[in-house]
Amino acid sequence: MTETAETGEAAAVTGATLNVEHLDVTYRVRGQDRQALRDVSFEIGRGESYGLVGESGSGKSTAALALTRYLPGNGRISAGTININGMNPLAMGPRALREMRARTVSMVYQEPGRALNPSIKVGRQVAEVYEIAGASRQEALQRAGAMLAKVQIADPARVMERYPHQLSGGMAQRAVIAMALAAEPSLLILDEPTTSLDATVEAEVLDLIASLRQELATSVLFISHNLAVIAKMCDRVGVLYAGELVEEGPAGEVLREPRHPYTMGLLRCIPRRGQRKDHGRLDTIPGFLPQPGHQLPGCIFAPRCPIAEDRCRAEPPPSFNTGPGRTARCYLHETTSTLPRNTPADIELPAERNSDPPVVQVKHLSKTFRSGGDLVQALAGVDLSLAPGETLGLVGESGSGKTTLARALLGLMAPDPGSAIILDGQLVPPGTGQRPLQQLRALQIVFQNPDSALNRRHTVRRLISQPLARLAGLSGPRLAERLADLVRSVRMEDRHLALRPGQLSGGLKQRVAIARAFAGGPRVVVCDEPTSALDVSVQAAILNLLVDLQVKEHVSYLFISHDLGLVRYLSDRIAVLYLGRLMEVGPAEEVFNGPHHPYTEALLSATSTVDGQPPDRIKLQGEIPSAARPPSGCVFHTRCPRRLEDGTCETSVPPLQEVTPGHLMSCHIPIDQLAILQRSREESSDN
Amino acid sequence: MSAPAALSVPAAQSQRRPGGANSTLRMLLRKPTFLAGGVILLFWVVCAAFGSLIAPHDPTAQQLLATNAPPSAAHWFGTDQLGRDVLSRVIVGSRSILLISVASAVLGTVLGTALGLTMGYLGGLVDLLAGRVVEAVLALPVVIVAFLFIVAVGPSTGTLILVIGFVFTPLIARTVRSSVLVERQLDYLASARLLGAGRVSIMATEVLPNVLPAVMVEFTVRVGYAIFTVATLSFLGFGVQPPTPDWGGDIYANYGVLAAGYWWETLFPALAIASLVVAINLVADSAEQVLAS
Repeated sequence: MTETAETGEAAAVTGATLNVEHLDVTYRVRGQDRQALRDVSFEIGRGESYGLVGESGSGKSTAALALTRYLPGNGRISAGTININGMNPLAMGPRALREMRARTVSMVYQEPGRALNPSIKVGRQVAEVYEIAGASRQEALQRAGAMLAKVQIADPARVMERYPHQLSGGMAQRAVIAMALAAEPSLLILDEPTTSLDATVEAEVLDLIASLRQELATSVLFISHNLAVIAKMCDRVGVLYAGELVEEGPAGEVLREPRHPYTMGLLRCIPRRGQRKDHGRLDTIPGFLPQPGHQLPGCIFAPRCPIAEDRCRAEPPPSFNTGPGRTARCYLHETTSTLPRNTPADIELPAERNSDPPVVQVKHLSKTFRSGGDLVQALAGVDLSLAPGETLGLVGESGSGKTTLARALLGLMAPDPGSAIILDGQLVPPGTGQRPLQQLRALQIVFQNPDSALNRRHTVRRLISQPLARLAGLSGPRLAERLADLVRSVRMEDRHLALRPGQLSGGLKQRVAIARAFAGGPRVVVCDEPTSALDVSVQAAILNLLVDLQVKEHVSYLFISHDLGLVRYLSDRIAVLYLGRLMEVGPAEEVFNGPHHPYTEALLSATSTVDGQPPDRIKLQGEIPSAARPPSGCVFHTRCPRRLEDGTCETSVPPLQEVTPGHLMSCHIPIDQLAILQRSREESSDN
Repeated sequence: MSAPAALSVPAAQSQRRPGGANSTLRMLLRKPTFLAGGVILLFWVVCAAFGSLIAPHDPTAQQLLATNAPPSAAHWFGTDQLGRDVLSRVIVGSRSILLISVASAVLGTVLGTALGLTMGYLGGLVDLLAGRVVEAVLALPVVIVAFLFIVAVGPSTGTLILVIGFVFTPLIARTVRSSVLVERQLDYLASARLLGAGRVSIMATEVLPNVLPAVMVEFTVRVGYAIFTVATLSFLGFGVQPPTPDWGGDIYANYGVLAAGYWWETLFPALAIASLVVAINLVADSAEQVLAS
């Protein structure tokens, strides 16, 4: 007990809100101890924001749970000390622990829907925090309303009367943040708070967190897999790999000049600064995260490190001081900047494109759903075309109709009468059942979630053979030959064939899905967020594979993603959807560089990147309107920051203007005027 | 050693969950509840198969000079009103009840799975109409429905199997349907449609393997209920017809003399029914736990 008091004083002297020293956490799985965190030490100063970044399985969430002693029953803190505001949660009894969780530390999780009780009104749930702190019921409700206003909920009184399911994701997350801040905690732990939100909403929630942090001087532990979000939100960053803190330091410096090969590798996996596929392949990190509890004699990253030496494999490196406030657990931290690439950059892209007639065209594609008594128009007259070997990026917030478009194209969902899908000049029937084999073969998809897209009862061999037999009509030795071919081309091995999806890692599963899509020799493959369920290092490998296959097979991609960096990297052309309508379509670079549609402009400015973001972000007002009651005139006018004063936008549907040949946008503002407005904004934000 | 070992992690990952029927069986055998249930069940299965060889006496041989004899060295479970050996009747009587309940559960499971798959996968009007019929059947007490059928058709082993099988069909269909609805959300069905697979083929080769664990659990539970139903119907005189030894029938034949103190004539068949039902429920419970984990 005296020890605790001493460390408490020490922390009070340094002024740190959180101090973690040599923390070890083990999970007991089937009678064996598996170490999830190893010798993790870090400190968060008062009012400081600390980012913990790492891939899945790195131990980020375990760290958060350990701090508040919320570890599951088989988890145990086996060594180390934790100090929160001079208190030691490891020595606390149940009462003191409850007190600490109520007053000192708050947590916000990834899924706001799960953090709120679905059967209690939002107002009561927020008020409860004040009641626990001793306020009367009336006063608590009042303060809850004030808190909701503080998290920028426009109409707190109305929101308080609602149940959680009646709130949108962004709104619910604000309510959760309001609850977390209600107790005025000295430490706020945010575990992937914006991962399930749209980019525009994410940007707003991040802004909110940043401004509240300044106002309340709360220390923040920010856990994320997303380097861009960490770069935006955090003063300091710690990089976790397989339970070890491999690098630590000021966020800007670490992300600009990483000293650990793992940090370097992670940064090279993401397309940055407008990088495109013609600039070369993305780099990857080969190999896999070691199994939890798998002990290596040397550096834990050595098996995947391109510059590992004998000493790296023999003895674990200590923490080296690599600058003021910076450490890296690497013997070779001085040579990291010259880290060789793991994947060769060269791609031979075919020179000329787009000259051939389009492979597939959709004309006036509409889809109306009946929901309750309402007619919900998920797609309203979209025209698009795809050239052979081209990638069309499809961008928009959730609810914009991206997935509906893909499903209609594939024949999984019949579009409204009057819509036309034309493949190689021939009209395609609406349902898969009516399509001839050759058309089925031509249009395939790689789904977002391979767990859902692969039948978990079938082996990989069966999963890949199935389309070969059905679509390519192969059997016997010819099927076996093509199967081996296909498996090699998605960089899998023969030994994977006997396994079932449950026995494969996420990346391997997605490779099986890709092999299936390519089995019949497709003309167009829809990629519906193919990497959003994957870790950054795996994502890069899958993107490279997609590019390689496209070059080899000359297929076209319809690439759906919410990650504009990825879309920019992969796409030749980009289409922007909003409320089921086409806002803009054009060559990728033109759409990105502008002049672009005000909605595109807002989407672009909401995107966080590792290299910093535009300082004056365009804020979209309000939420995406319901598709059951789309706004009159231009559907974007309710949120458009560049709405014309004269009311044109409210009353008439904007025409498709041609910016340059092939670059179209649906907006009332004359192009040259839009160009001037957007250029002046960019210039002002450059200064 | 360490570097290549760590690079081949996918191999290690592949061993994380061995999967397959073998591991399911291994996990089952580690459960004491499964072992206990399995042993009792096995005992009755052996009795059903070789009953007449094991039984110390002829189960139908009447000894009118030794009626209502209490348990003794010669007759461990005593004799009944007609002087028949109760032990022998209990041993041999396992055959009819096991045969009928397993056969009717199989019938109900096959029909119910087919119906549930169709309702769940096709949805829409088919689901709506079939769903109403299923609800209507479920609203009637099982025994009453079975009663009506048997009165109309006349009792026989075949009728019993058919009737109980049909009565169980909607129950199983309901369980299967709800599992199918979960599967229907998943993209692999869309993926199969993109390969040009038809509805029947998707139901049989894609959906069925994924709902099979739920079907297996439901099947074992149904066998337990079938035993109840057979015993009840026999007790009411609509089951297996005398003089064939039968637990429910024997209780029916002898409960009248229970008041006279001849308890062994009803207690032992009743215990037999209880032990079989408990055994099957133990097996079903552990199967459910293992498949859910």
